Amino acid sequence: MRPRIGERLWAWAVWTLVGFFVLNLLAMIGSVVVNSFGTRWFNTWLPAGYTSQWYTLAWNEFQLPDILLVTAEVVGAVVLISGAIGVPAAYAMARRNFPGKQAVMFLFLLPLLVPPITYGIPMATVLYQAHLAGTIWGVILANLVPTVPFVILIMIPFVEQIDPRVEAAARVFGAGLARLFLQVLVPLLTPGILAALLLVLVRTIAMFELTFLTSGPTSQTLVVALYYAVFAAGVRPGQSIDAMAVVYMITTLVWLLIALRFVNPTQIVTRAKRQ
Amino acid sequence: MAVASRDFRELRLEQISRDFGQFHALRDVSLTVKRGEFVALLGPSGCGKSTALNCIAGLLQVTGGAIYLDDQRLDELGPEDRGFGMVFQNYALFPHMSVRRNVGFGLVTQRRPKPEITRRVDEALALVRLETQADKLPGQLSGGQQQRVAIARAIVVAPPLVLMDEPLSNLDAKLRLEMRAEIRRIHTMLGCSTIYVTHDQEEALSLADRILVMIDGQTRQIGTPEELYARPASADVAEFMGYRNLFSSATEAADGGIAVSIGGARLIGTPVGAVAARATVAIRPDDLRLTGDGPIAATVEIAEYHGRDFYAVARMADGTELYFRSDTRIASGDAVRLDAAPARVLVYAA
Amino acid sequence: MSAARLPLRRRLREYGLDSVTLLIIPAALFVLALFIYPFLYGLVLSFHPKAGGWLANYTKFFADPFLYDTIRITLVIAVPVTVLNVVLSVPVALRVRLLRNQRLLTTILVIPITLGTVMVAEGLLTYLGPRGWLNRTLLEFGLVDSPVRLVHNYWGVMLSLVITGFPFTFLLTLSYVTGIDPALEQAGAVLGARPRERFRRILLPLLAPGLAITLALAFVQAFTVFPSAILLGAPAGPTRVISIVAYQAAFEQYDYSMASAIAMLMAAVQLLIITLLLAARTLVFRGPVSTGKG
Repeated sequence: MRPRIGERLWAWAVWTLVGFFVLNLLAMIGSVVVNSFGTRWFNTWLPAGYTSQWYTLAWNEFQLPDILLVTAEVVGAVVLISGAIGVPAAYAMARRNFPGKQAVMFLFLLPLLVPPITYGIPMATVLYQAHLAGTIWGVILANLVPTVPFVILIMIPFVEQIDPRVEAAARVFGAGLARLFLQVLVPLLTPGILAALLLVLVRTIAMFELTFLTSGPTSQTLVVALYYAVFAAGVRPGQSIDAMAVVYMITTLVWLLIALRFVNPTQIVTRAKRQ
Repeated sequence: MAVASRDFRELRLEQISRDFGQFHALRDVSLTVKRGEFVALLGPSGCGKSTALNCIAGLLQVTGGAIYLDDQRLDELGPEDRGFGMVFQNYALFPHMSVRRNVGFGLVTQRRPKPEITRRVDEALALVRLETQADKLPGQLSGGQQQRVAIARAIVVAPPLVLMDEPLSNLDAKLRLEMRAEIRRIHTMLGCSTIYVTHDQEEALSLADRILVMIDGQTRQIGTPEELYARPASADVAEFMGYRNLFSSATEAADGGIAVSIGGARLIGTPVGAVAARATVAIRPDDLRLTGDGPIAATVEIAEYHGRDFYAVARMADGTELYFRSDTRIASGDAVRLDAAPARVLVYAA
Repeated sequence: MSAARLPLRRRLREYGLDSVTLLIIPAALFVLALFIYPFLYGLVLSFHPKAGGWLANYTKFFADPFLYDTIRITLVIAVPVTVLNVVLSVPVALRVRLLRNQRLLTTILVIPITLGTVMVAEGLLTYLGPRGWLNRTLLEFGLVDSPVRLVHNYWGVMLSLVITGFPFTFLLTLSYVTGIDPALEQAGAVLGARPRERFRRILLPLLAPGLAITLALAFVQAFTVFPSAILLGAPAGPTRVISIVAYQAAFEQYDYSMASAIAMLMAAVQLLIITLLLAARTLVFRGPVSTGKG
């Protein structure tokens, strides 16, 4: 079938739209990167010269080493805890039918459907009263709210695709629950766990709202520090803010690239499909 | 609007080809389908038969050759302009429409008046015996019923040609036999032409007026079921048509045919085409008969009871494996002697 | 094992309650403690205002145009951008579905989602600013005489929501679109339906449930726009969205009761819109989504 002219025009229009979007997106990222290396950039396509001084400045001025350490601690703790809580729960959700399962499922869906700023404000209030907000543990707890359900929803299909007879066989040969989990299920679920935890990692690095609402001066992650830097723009040279933005972008995108080896990009917005 | 009407003489495929990059899915396939004829495209999976069907339907563009309906060239038209009926492998019923709306879809796109649509949908549903299910959704029907809806949807527009892509492959064995008879009945009743894709030789043999055997994207043989069954044109077609015993053998001229040697035993066979000093010998299991003094001596290894008869695997002294059928009881370990009529020992160029 | 305990265990197991089911408890407790409890706490707190009767927070909100107008301001940003993103996503997803190698495009598009709103805000400040590449291009081609103002106003927030929102709606739509058996459209084509008719009669009804969910999720995200409204918009004026007032109530005026009330109103608007969307969905579409194959 030869496509008709109207159809071809339509296809052309759609691709132009996609191209325009991608072009602007790349230009946006590109201008941040170029600016962060530029000496003076005024009324020209490209800066007058290039330097790495803004990175040194940002490194010292924004206390990047401290912030990166806090970020790593928060992200590490969130990844480990949400895995430890979420994976067993996903296993139980996938394997057992019990009264009220629908309600529990709904309970796990809610924190993913309600946007963080909506529940973040009352949650931050509670955390402040518990004297947890402002500390690193407050930030970790807040970030776990969406990530634990996220791990569960990603892992359920992974568990479902494992033949229950494999577990039955392990039980017949005398494996207890702990042994079953560690020696049979975890190895079989490794790709799924890796995918889920990498996605949690990427999401936690980029999670602004919850961290912003619960962090104090010593518990800021990179994205919150970047917000404050942009918010107070004018105090420091714009190039050093962009240098910090580049550091942030590298931190996120490296992990994104690693994550994409294990998951399909569409899985970042939707739950995993059964393979 | 659809170009095709029911008053046509023939559909012609003239050397149609389809490439996917470097891969030649279909090469120079030619076929003429007369009005009222039932043609099966038969071949192993991946042989290009579904590609051929999709090219005829217009879902794939041919990369070479032409398709004609009488004098009208079709291959440049989109699928919506060809006016054929098609039954898909998974039926492809619209899950959001009732049976009635599914069947009426083709008439609605033709902008037929409402009373006519209702009348013709009712007729089509009656033809496939689904009158009582008209208001259900496809998801509420059994596999066989969905199959009937798919057929009704394809034939309601009175197409000159109905295309069927492995329509029975998703049904269980019993239902498959039932639907096979049903498809033949509907075909005869409507008088349209049908092109039917299948990998099941039995299905093709029982349904079709003519069969086109396709292997590796090429036509290997076109013929009636009888021709294909009794005299496959080449060794690979023979293998596909159920000639399970295939041997490589030296040949020599002999009275009444050509002499071949199977595991050291001498048999007289019939050459198909030119045969040189080495050849491939093909014999159906049914044609290897148990006789007291046959030239082939073998020991039964496996004997399966099939109700009326036995299917057995035997091995000759030199290790050659034989498949044969027996009407009398045999058991593994029995020593047997086998023979085949010269007309049923087909010898092909190696 | 005592004889009395066994039957109870067995009975529980009949209901699917055994030691494996208990593995859900930590996760469920966690969500209850840090999501449900704070939400209910916030709801109760919103009825205990700093001053006045139990409804004082809400009456104050709806009496003060400076407060209640934020709902309108937020809707004026969120509704057009949601509709735009979803409407653009459908044709693009239908086209990309035909692409054999979608991975590169989906990878590029997942970048802005991963970077998040703060980073996109900073990027757009540089890119859309009066000396940014966009304005340079417009000036160079003579399309404008002086730089267009695209930051620190409505358009800045709008564009940031397109940059982060379009990939989200697109990827979501793509996952729904690829879930539709291509044979259905082929069947439509063989039966004489042209592309537009196939879209209207086959694809759109099958996509409708997914599109309703996409619209709902995209709207909720846009409605709670926060960092870009501050960084890229005019947080004192045209982009003073509802999340800004909620944040200010909590962290600038330390009126947690008022902040909770605003958060509850935010949730109420989201719930209202989602309910409307899902109700519309059931009107448009009835029946199973999956194809009826065996």
